[in-house]
Amino acid sequence: MSVELFLFYLAATVSLVSTILALTRYNATHALIYLIISLLASAIIFYLVGAPFAAVLEVVIYAGAIMVLFVFVVMILNLGARGDDLEHQWLKPGMWLFPGLLCLILFLEMIYVLSGSSQNLAGTVVTPKEVGIKLYGPYVLAVEIASMLLLAGLIGAYHLGRRYLVDSRKES
Amino acid sequence: MDAVVVPMEHGLALAAVLFSIGLIGVMVRRNIILILMSVEVMLNACGLAFIVAGAKWGAADGQIMFMLILSIAAAEVVVGLGLLLQVHRRVGSIDIDETSRLRG
Repeated sequence: MSVELFLFYLAATVSLVSTILALTRYNATHALIYLIISLLASAIIFYLVGAPFAAVLEVVIYAGAIMVLFVFVVMILNLGARGDDLEHQWLKPGMWLFPGLLCLILFLEMIYVLSGSSQNLAGTVVTPKEVGIKLYGPYVLAVEIASMLLLAGLIGAYHLGRRYLVDSRKES
Repeated sequence: MDAVVVPMEHGLALAAVLFSIGLIGVMVRRNIILILMSVEVMLNACGLAFIVAGAKWGAADGQIMFMLILSIAAAEVVVGLGLLLQVHRRVGSIDIDETSRLRG
């Protein structure tokens, strides 16, 4: 088994372990940390199989935007001094050890892959250019549908996030 | 850099296992945040399957499908978290069993 293939299995193991840990935590904050590591491992896998654009999107949108949304909501749900105490209690230094270890594995993998020493296995890399040409060529209808979906999500979030939904219900 | 030739079966098996973990999470967990995270895991596993299958044929279609899944995940999580906040305001808890009686 070549070194590059070993990298894939290592990233797959990190992904599985962190996903299982994420969904078995009692604490939502801990689960979020492990879920972010799982998504980063997926990004490494995407890069390894020759999809660099998808890997970047995974980090920027999934681990960046969507997980930050989760963090916001977790923080909204426990505001105030009680929340601060809870957070202090949840994010103890010892808690970071295992997530840090998993992140370190992924980081070393990324350094190794980006250092360019892995060039002996010839698979095809699908570049962002090819993706863009196809996305705005044959798949342009899908882009329109996705934009409508995102608009619907925006309106839905605006409607559901209103505070006076509760008040109007109490009055009636 | 050239891509690594990963056996497609192994990539798909990884996606299947991740999807199963997410599905079990949805069924077992009672915390709404954790349920939404399980759904995210399932969507991510679908994206992984698309990427691996697209890489097998060297086609861009897999990545395009992944981007569509990404937008679906974004819309889903926004609506889901909005619902979560409403449930938290009305019921005062994020335990999904508390909302088992949906009365108008």
